Amino acid sequence: MAAKDGQTIYALASAPGRSGVAVVRVSGPGAGPALTALAGGLPKPRAATLRTLRHGKVDIDRALVLWFPAPHSFTGEDVAEFHLHGGRAVRESLFAALADLGQRPAEPGEFSRRAVEHGRLDLTRAEAIADLVDAETPAQLRQALRQYDGALAELYEGWRAALIGALGRAEAAIDFSDDGVGEAEFAGARAQAASIIDALQKHLDDARRGEALREGFRLAIVGAPNAGKSSLINALVQREAAIVSEVPGTTRDVIELRLNLGGYLVHVADTAGLRQTSDAVEAEGVRRALAQAQASDLVLLLRDGTAPYTDHLGVTPDLIVWNKNDLPGFQKRDGLSLSLKSGEGLAQLIETLTATVSERLETKGEAPVLTRPRHREALKQALDCLRHALSAPQDQPELFAEDLRLALRAIGRITGRVDVEELLDAVFRDFCIGK
Amino acid sequence: MSGYDVIVIGGGHAGCEATAASARAGARTLLVTHKFETLGEMSCNPAIGGVGKGHLVREIDALDGLMGRVADAAGIQFRLLNRRKGPAVRGPRAQADRALYRAAMQAALGAIANLEIREAAAEDLILKDGRVVGVRTADGGEIFSAAVVLTTGTFLNGLIHIGETKIPAGRMKVTDGVDAPSLGLSKTLYGFGLPMGRLKTGTPPRLDGRTIDWASLESQAGDDPPLPFSFLTKAITTPQIACAITRTTLQTHAIIRANLHRAPMYSGQIASPGPRYCPSIEDKVSRFADRESHQIFLEPEGLNDDTIYPNGISTSLPQDVQLALLATIPGLEKAVIRRPGYAIEYDYVDPRALTPALEVRNVPGLYLAGQINGTTGYEEAAAQGLIAGLNAARAAGGGVPIILDRAQAYIGVMIDDLVTKGVSEPYRMFTSRAEYRLTLRADNADQRLTRLGEEAGIVGQARREAFKDKLDRLNVSRETVTALTLTPSQAAKQGLTIRQDGARRTALDLLSLPQVDFARLAQIWPELSGFAPEIVEQLEIDAQYAGYLDRQDADILAFRRDESRALPPDLEYGAVVGLSNEVRQKLEAIRPVTLGQAGRIEGVTSAALTLVLAHVKGRARSRNESKRA
Ligand SMILES: Cc1cc2nc3c(=O)[nH]c(=O)nc-3n(C[C@H](O)[C@H](O)[C@H](O)COP(=O)(O)OP(=O)(O)OC[C@H]3O[C@@H](n4cnc5c(N)ncnc54)[C@H](O)[C@@H]3O)c2cc1C
Ligand SMILES: Nc1nc2c(ncn2[C@@H]2O[C@H](COP(=O)(O)OP(=O)(O)O)[C@@H](O)[C@H]2O)c(=O)[nH]1
Ligand SMILES: [Mg+2]
Repeated sequence: MAAKDGQTIYALASAPGRSGVAVVRVSGPGAGPALTALAGGLPKPRAATLRTLRHGKVDIDRALVLWFPAPHSFTGEDVAEFHLHGGRAVRESLFAALADLGQRPAEPGEFSRRAVEHGRLDLTRAEAIADLVDAETPAQLRQALRQYDGALAELYEGWRAALIGALGRAEAAIDFSDDGVGEAEFAGARAQAASIIDALQKHLDDARRGEALREGFRLAIVGAPNAGKSSLINALVQREAAIVSEVPGTTRDVIELRLNLGGYLVHVADTAGLRQTSDAVEAEGVRRALAQAQASDLVLLLRDGTAPYTDHLGVTPDLIVWNKNDLPGFQKRDGLSLSLKSGEGLAQLIETLTATVSERLETKGEAPVLTRPRHREALKQALDCLRHALSAPQDQPELFAEDLRLALRAIGRITGRVDVEELLDAVFRDFCIGK
Repeated sequence: MSGYDVIVIGGGHAGCEATAASARAGARTLLVTHKFETLGEMSCNPAIGGVGKGHLVREIDALDGLMGRVADAAGIQFRLLNRRKGPAVRGPRAQADRALYRAAMQAALGAIANLEIREAAAEDLILKDGRVVGVRTADGGEIFSAAVVLTTGTFLNGLIHIGETKIPAGRMKVTDGVDAPSLGLSKTLYGFGLPMGRLKTGTPPRLDGRTIDWASLESQAGDDPPLPFSFLTKAITTPQIACAITRTTLQTHAIIRANLHRAPMYSGQIASPGPRYCPSIEDKVSRFADRESHQIFLEPEGLNDDTIYPNGISTSLPQDVQLALLATIPGLEKAVIRRPGYAIEYDYVDPRALTPALEVRNVPGLYLAGQINGTTGYEEAAAQGLIAGLNAARAAGGGVPIILDRAQAYIGVMIDDLVTKGVSEPYRMFTSRAEYRLTLRADNADQRLTRLGEEAGIVGQARREAFKDKLDRLNVSRETVTALTLTPSQAAKQGLTIRQDGARRTALDLLSLPQVDFARLAQIWPELSGFAPEIVEQLEIDAQYAGYLDRQDADILAFRRDESRALPPDLEYGAVVGLSNEVRQKLEAIRPVTLGQAGRIEGVTSAALTLVLAHVKGRARSRNESKRA
């Protein structure tokens, strides 16, 4: 009988709701006993086997069952899978049977967490699973798949390995100087660190491509009051999301909406009109609008083509668009012009925006890109440590090593790996040490 | 029952230090060992210290242990390794005269009160109610005590290999023949159900110095003046000698390759792992096949002993092959072997079965130290001996154990590594094992540990006074260099180039500039000229590492936070919801005493730690509630 220890978890692994086949996955020490109890014995490992599922006297279903004994399973624990006929009742009676055997429903992400804990998944792959589930656009899906395939893990693990190599050389020069491991090794370690610095810097200078793709590209619409900003965002999302009014200063806070532009997720922000104001609430709105522009990937400045020309109102726009070209007072200037009232020029604006976004986000098939701020933080920290390491005096490998350790720790945090033994392994692999 | 407080079995490096520490702590202590004359015997290389190992010797000394002072009396060539690198990684090392070392160790033990030595072979341990309460000797005698420290080195079930020849033995005698292995005690430990394994190590042949062509070889002298190990030694008075350097040749390597099938490690005769950092010459030749030559140091074993230790050619090849390969080495063409090189396999106890006090978790009253715990090296053995002896004495007196942590001492790093991670090869100390390396230096071992030793009652009066005096002078000088300041423009007038930012600099700040040493400061402030060299050295190191040490202190603070979260010894890991089986089994086997230690167990993730912490907190809460109820 399965131990009633709450360690064994189950969950629906296929999409919820009615479906042709429903897959229920069980992980933990109770997985094997559950198969024995419900399917009348353990099937051959990793082979789909047809069995009748029965709990006590109650028939549940005739289903395909699979048995993945630890550690060769998704979680690294014993795992059982039940491929059921897709009705709700079937599923519910299996859940009831599993609960009866002392198991409990998995918490969100618990399968992945266990896989990480058992070293079956590194953190970047686990994050990719979350991204796969959350992906809304084909481009996001592509990026998440690439990460799930280990592109980032390989890149970061590669740097980590290179750092371990460099640190190993410095450590050998310290601990085994008496065995004839010389200064040349330390010099080599410095050169290696310098080339890792270059690679890190290049990876960081990516204009947030991967993060923008994963989290959504941030487009801010700014402009003077009454320029038509709220009208524009409504036109983009094709519904009345923001209040359009001829009263200047109606929009007082940032309104963010999601938009699919050419297969890319874009967050469009409507903001308060930029102008000098004595109204405290409106002034705060202006401050937030400027902050939003700061943090955006693209700033669109919308102007009323009938209004007298002013400066850029304190923002540096990437794109200027002139609105209200249906009105007689409209003056044509450089840049796109349109009318949000008639819709003329809107298609062209959308085309321009789509081209800009895909230009910025498209992965050009080369090196994998950063996808999370968590990674960026860690890499920046590693970079700082490496720069500091190179500032250590030539005759003090211990100071160089100190910074390299911190850099290693920072990168190790991304994939979830930090280990001293690995370092010694590197030393003993590469150096003939010992008299 | 006329018994002792503590019995130590085995008078090797661990045993001598354990006996001395136990007696210094005030326990009535008995050392049971095979022979009085082998107290302080160096089974292998007649040298003490090195990078990492030298740190351990300084720490033993700071706790008023014997090794540093004994090595100072016996040392015939001192060298500070990594002299030109930073202070944290400088390691004192000395070659020792074997006979002088034994004599000095025997004299040092003789000078300690509360201490008796008995020649006997221990055969078994006496148990009462699951506790170890004494020792049974081979002649049938029984001796009782409150605690026993076992330090039998390579003797447990020892088996020597020379080529195809196998000899059951604890080690080869320096002169002739072998010391018998300990079979009875090995059986006793297996009987306790302890997790045990086998390891191997090796040693080179010893040569007749009169048959070496010294004139043709390059020689290497020690430091002048020699730097002592002990904080108490004023100067080295033993005469100093030089050693010579030679190298293996392509012919040497060819002979080794042709005979590899006769080497026990390669023929499959030995399966136990040996230390990677102490490889045999056959290992070096086969693993680093592209190297054309390997260095050999020819080290005299004593002032009045012409036996030579050829450091670098440890081997267990058959004796005829040893002779043939020597003949291909410059200077050794005609060398005569006094004793062949050999490998030895022995039993060790998986140290994860121990508490950080070095007590066997499931056999209270029994402490283990030295090679029996899977380590290698005299210094590693001695350092464990000191801690085991001290804690056995404290347990006998009803006290709580003293445990050094990883931020306090290399000793702490080593013991934590052993009891948390176990060993997969003989464990040796390296500075790269210490995450707080810049803090744990050989030069400041006294400042890190002597006060603690005083509180534990194991530091004698002489050291107490010397240390207090040094610390007083150090404090005054540290105050002085932080009180003396000058402005950037005043500095410029003194010829120092610093940023003209208007900020005053202390003398200590200035000292951290690469072009400023203490002598330079003394030109600016004449009141600084009277400081003793050891004080000046400390101030220079303070300045040199300033920024780094601040950062490390912050790290240590974070480390201590987890280290201060104690895990109850009877924690039921099966009741911690969400732990994976694998992690649970590891935690049950190792029983970490703190959350920090748990986190250092291989495979224990931060997620698992969170679960454990939550469980412990929940447990404490429900205890409190049931108390109130
Ligand atoms: C062949 C060989 C090669 C080595 N090579 C290296 C090396 O390359 N590098 C390195 O760092 N270290 C090396 N060492 C290791 C070093 O010698 C040991 O690590 C160190 O001596 C261990 O100290 P210890 O106190 O644990 O044991 P030991 O020094 O071995 O002392 C054990 C003592 O216990 C006594 N004893 C044992 N059993 C009993 C009993 N039943 N009753 C009473 N007394 C008993 C013995 O007589 C002996 O005095 C080598 C050792 C050997 C033997
Ligand atoms: N004639 C004309 N009026 C417009 C156009 N776009 C917006 N408006 C009007 O301008 C006013 C302000 O528009 P709104 O979108 O609220 O501007 P916001 O303050 O920038 O958000 C409203 O009365 C709109 O109906 C346009 O292209 N032509
Ligand atoms: Mg608006």
